Amino acid sequence: MSEGDTNALRAEALESLLVERGIVRPEVVDAIIRRFEQDIGPMNGARAVARVWVDPGYRARLLADPWAAIAELGVTVIPDAPLVVVENSPTAHNVVVCTLCSCYPSGLLGLPPSWYKSPPYRSRMVREPRALLAEMGLALPADVEVRVWDSSAEMRYMVLPERPAGTDAMNEEELAALVTRDAMIGVAKAGRPREAGGGG
Amino acid sequence: MGGMHGFGSVPVEPNEPLFHAPWERRVLGMVFQVVGAGWSNVDAFRHAIERLEPATYLGVGYYGRWLRALETILVEAGLLGRGELEARLAGARAGAAPSTTPRYGGFAGVLRPIDSPPRFTVGDHVVARNVHPPGHTRLPRYVRGKRGVVHRVHPACVFPDTHAHGLGEDSQHVYNVRFAALELWGPDAEPGSAVHLDLFEQYLTPGVGEP
Repeated sequence: MSEGDTNALRAEALESLLVERGIVRPEVVDAIIRRFEQDIGPMNGARAVARVWVDPGYRARLLADPWAAIAELGVTVIPDAPLVVVENSPTAHNVVVCTLCSCYPSGLLGLPPSWYKSPPYRSRMVREPRALLAEMGLALPADVEVRVWDSSAEMRYMVLPERPAGTDAMNEEELAALVTRDAMIGVAKAGRPREAGGGG
Repeated sequence: MGGMHGFGSVPVEPNEPLFHAPWERRVLGMVFQVVGAGWSNVDAFRHAIERLEPATYLGVGYYGRWLRALETILVEAGLLGRGELEARLAGARAGAAPSTTPRYGGFAGVLRPIDSPPRFTVGDHVVARNVHPPGHTRLPRYVRGKRGVVHRVHPACVFPDTHAHGLGEDSQHVYNVRFAALELWGPDAEPGSAVHLDLFEQYLTPGVGEP
């Protein structure tokens, strides 16, 4: 039997046992899943980034008090932990990792991708960020400083990517479509997804 | 696992779904419900994951770890008998529900204003303590004994090292500390990079000189 089959059987047996005991209610499990699958996701962070690109006053508010600034957008979020926004510039690039487990701004961006939770990413991003970023498709010039944010306590980090060149004519909605999940983790630049539809 | 070698390349799955099997979603939902009801807390749940035997930790996948940690916290909360899940899988009926009450706060947030002022301020040189506690901690091995500079002072938060063990919140200030790559990795460091970590006041001692 595969590991996945074993897990599936154990999870099913455990849920049925906990339901019988009144510890778990299946409809509450459903609601929790629905929240993560449908209500929150990278599009919320993307809207904040696009707003920054068209409104310098919003940039200041987002950096100073991220959850309050995000609340202005009227999007569904779960402000479950203090949020810190770190801003890229022509001379500094930021990237987020959790070496201890899988801390991620889920309340804003939804659940993290599997690679973010993987031992290779967790072990290597702090020791060789340039090499790993290049391997993942983002080669940074030597004169750009790399700042790695290891989410070791309860603060959650989101990267504010730079506005791509040649986007002056775009409106806010078009700009938001350029902001991928990976750009907000810091393993890609905005407008240059590592893969088609890489924002999902 | 910060800094460890040997894990290879990062497995990127194009257009990855949020879950890879239905049971993963059920485990996520159960964990949030059980922790949220106060049968555990986030720190105790993380500690249950950390206590997995290392080969199991690496072998069962992300939600496989969650599932086993969930079993652990349920057993420790008195909600599930040891071996009971195996018996259930073998076809046994469940026994009577145990009588017990939640002892944790569930998702009670982490920010806790405290009266004492922060011991360190932005720009202070600090050293991460070289300690190796047997229980839960959020002080990664790769910064222990290393010198850094306080980059930002965060509000006080619940201290995971006690909170995970039901020993109280012991709330304290948290500092974002910047460590130069050279300080962490020596001559193997990549040039022009630094690592920032959020460290609890108790993890830090005053440092001197340039890190």
